[in-house]
Amino acid sequence: MFTSTMIASILPEILILILGMLVLIIEPFWKEDKRRNVGWLTAGGLFATMIISLLFGQPGEPTSTLGGMIRFDWLGFFFKQLFMFAGAVTALLLMDNEKIGHRGEAYLLLLASLLGMNLMAVSSDLVMLFLALETTSIPLYVLSGFMLGDDKSTEAGFKYLLFGVFTTTIMLYGFSLVFGFSGTTNIYQLAEMFKVGDISPLSAFAVLALILVGIGFKVSFVPFHFWAPDVYEGAPTPVAGFLSTASKAAGYAVLLRLFFVAFSDPALSNAWTITLAIIAAVSMTVGNLLALPQKNIKRLLAYSSIAHAGYILIGVVALSQLGAASVVFYLAAYIATNLLAFGIAMAYSKVTGHEDIRDYAGMSRRNPILALMMLAAFLSLTGMPPFAGFVTKVVIFAAGIQAGYTWLVILGILNSVVGAYYYLNALKYVYLYRMPNEDEENHPVPLTRPYAIALVVLTIGVILIGTIFAPWFNWSDAGALNLF
Amino acid sequence: MLAMPANRKNEVRAVALGSAIFALILSAWVYFTYDQTAAGYQFLEKYDWLPALGISLYFGVDGMSAPLVLLTGVVMFTGVLISWGDDDKHVMAGIQDRPREFFAFLFILAWGVFGVFVSLDLFMLFFFYEIAVFPMYLLIVTWGWNVTREYAAMKLTLYLFIGSVISLVGVLAMFLVQYQNTGLLTFDMLEMEKAGFSPLFQNIWFLPVFLGFAVLGGIWPLHNWSPDGHVAAPTAVSMFHAGVLMKLGAFAALRVGIMLLPDGAKYWQWLVMAFAAIAVVYGAYIAFVQKDFKYMVGFSSVSHMGLVMLGFSTLNRDGLLGSGLQMFSHGAMTALFFAVVGMVYDRAHTRQIPELGGLAKVMPFAAVGFIIGGLVSMGMPLFSGFIAEFPIFLGVWREQWFVAVVCSISIVITAAYILRNVRQVFFGEMPEKYHGHITDITLMDKVAITTLCIFMVLIGLYPNFMAPMIDTGVEYILRLLGGA
Repeated sequence: MFTSTMIASILPEILILILGMLVLIIEPFWKEDKRRNVGWLTAGGLFATMIISLLFGQPGEPTSTLGGMIRFDWLGFFFKQLFMFAGAVTALLLMDNEKIGHRGEAYLLLLASLLGMNLMAVSSDLVMLFLALETTSIPLYVLSGFMLGDDKSTEAGFKYLLFGVFTTTIMLYGFSLVFGFSGTTNIYQLAEMFKVGDISPLSAFAVLALILVGIGFKVSFVPFHFWAPDVYEGAPTPVAGFLSTASKAAGYAVLLRLFFVAFSDPALSNAWTITLAIIAAVSMTVGNLLALPQKNIKRLLAYSSIAHAGYILIGVVALSQLGAASVVFYLAAYIATNLLAFGIAMAYSKVTGHEDIRDYAGMSRRNPILALMMLAAFLSLTGMPPFAGFVTKVVIFAAGIQAGYTWLVILGILNSVVGAYYYLNALKYVYLYRMPNEDEENHPVPLTRPYAIALVVLTIGVILIGTIFAPWFNWSDAGALNLF
Repeated sequence: MLAMPANRKNEVRAVALGSAIFALILSAWVYFTYDQTAAGYQFLEKYDWLPALGISLYFGVDGMSAPLVLLTGVVMFTGVLISWGDDDKHVMAGIQDRPREFFAFLFILAWGVFGVFVSLDLFMLFFFYEIAVFPMYLLIVTWGWNVTREYAAMKLTLYLFIGSVISLVGVLAMFLVQYQNTGLLTFDMLEMEKAGFSPLFQNIWFLPVFLGFAVLGGIWPLHNWSPDGHVAAPTAVSMFHAGVLMKLGAFAALRVGIMLLPDGAKYWQWLVMAFAAIAVVYGAYIAFVQKDFKYMVGFSSVSHMGLVMLGFSTLNRDGLLGSGLQMFSHGAMTALFFAVVGMVYDRAHTRQIPELGGLAKVMPFAAVGFIIGGLVSMGMPLFSGFIAEFPIFLGVWREQWFVAVVCSISIVITAAYILRNVRQVFFGEMPEKYHGHITDITLMDKVAITTLCIFMVLIGLYPNFMAPMIDTGVEYILRLLGGA
């Protein structure tokens, strides 16, 4: 019954489940003051999972396993590795957060949502997809509102929950309509039916619009972005970082698989590419313009992440192998970069107690290394070499031009200039301004070990992707190949 | 360099100087071992970097870029000398605050500049081009003149960023079209030269690509950032910026715009020539009316870079040869100008020309340097300026005698403002308040001035030092332009 492929296809998920159990069992036996060590366990376990699945869980030819529920291919594999990397880093960043670092449940919830994300990347059936989506979302609702005494966190959790439930319900309605029209929930069978023309394009397009609502919430593009700034600001910072990277990437994994496989029929794709192109244009513009007046670093990053959702959509709109590869490539760079930005915000505000950009004055005098990392993160977000953001942006723009969306690319480029303004502005505080009380500049900003490890790994990642880009791109490309 | 302890300022400076000397020796080695008889591209090094997109690390120099490599080495060396700093509290010379970060950013800048001059891969050229843009922001904003630095740095960065991303669209379009034409997926510029872009394509894309890069070359009407940026920047950065970075723009515009899109260049020749001619005269005129010493030098740069562009726009042998020489000559000359202005400002704490006077008595060395620079700038025989400007005017005369006549006005204006300034600042009466305050320049400054002067006089007396080499580069460009 069970073949080795079946096991291999869900090997990381099995290991994550075991890891979650382990966390649950071990946590009560540790004393209160040692509980933060669960973070080491989680991060180490995820790292081991990555290694093990790299060694034993590599896919060959794309196959459907477990009764057509799971697609076992490179695209899913690559996404899973990205999620687990993000998860491991987030676990490290969680450790020194006073409110939740010592609570084992936080790590368990993180692992649970990671499990859901992994499944999102590989689901080839709408039912499976929905289950995976909910497995991802519910732990994240809880994590966002984890800091019980904190009004903002509670608000964040509740807001996220309401938005999430509302949009996923609409998406579920779309799924049920698909089943009603076609009689199947398998993505690959759906693709066949669209090709044959069994489903009228009009009804298919209605379905598509409903599904887009759910995905739009996950990846936070306009007009489904309203939750993002409030939730990022209120949620514990590591969770906000996780939301803006892994959770968003999972949304794109679904978007790629659904739209490139099931709805790739020209009759349909002509309609949705133009829709998504408009959404991309609006997302970039709205995200960047609203980021301009932001004073809080987390809100700034929230709006910037909306803008980045727009850039990534350019790759989706291109509907080509280069486009898909550029999406995956961009996401890899974006995950490393944005986690780095959130990690720095966290490490710095832990010491100074502030999250306003204004309070970053004098940072380069207090901790030059941290300032340099911030430089790397923000320049990478701007899209400057030698950091990851540059190459990935070039590739995504190339995909856009190749597909004939020159206007969209030019808009994207103008937007990145707007982006450059506020990213550089933040760096100006770091390097130029001095603290109102200059004596305070002599207080260093110490980094605890988990922060140091996480941030150094991320910085190296950002520079590696930006300079030696060949392997990363080739993996993304191999993944993208599986969609066609 | 960043790994060094921050408080060891002198050690940091020594290491910076050591590396600068090393770079100078290497670039001199490249220059002098370049085989002029063989011409073409030499010192080729090629490594595949991202074969999937045809990106490779492909380096080499030709007759056009070899002098610029040498120039970069020279300016870098002198720039480090000038920024050495003086621990005498009275003289606020050089870089006192965080020299470690300063030199590190300066070297990142130099890395990018060298990279652009030697890249034969369009993608890598672009990569290095961007690297050269972003450290400018931090260098100016952190170590710049505290009155205008925030405004100027942001203006400069956004201008250059817009320019570069606009050319990026063109570059990507070229890449994709050449893939369609030849089926060869490569960013290799030597291959792209053979791509056979259709005239229509060239006509459409030449302007964005050329002007995008030419923004950095300070072409009118996009020169606006340059005087502000130069004035706000610390001395070494002004030197580097006016001396080398503006050449970077001109060079990239030549290499990508003219060499890859020769038909487009012919089509738009009149427009480029018009812009350049306006820049020449207008820049000189504005420089004439400036009261601020550094603004004057800044606008004179616009004027002289206009001459370079003018030379390009002729598309004939004399003009291009002159431009090549002018790039080197102007680089050395402006670096010298800014160095002297910096020295004066550090001691007198004002740059208002009418307030200065009689400085030749206390700093004779700087005065001599400035006068030599001035003579170069006026295009006096025996100095490199003459050798460079003469062929440009000759070339322009052949294309459009009218433009040559108009532009020659600028020589008169230049002579007027240079001589007026020399008289006012270095001779004449020294105002009361400076008596006893102003000290002579340091040994480091003298070495820097001497080095720059040597090159200018050398080329003036013995043009064969450089002209034949540039001629080989011009030869190659002319072949791309189809004879002429």
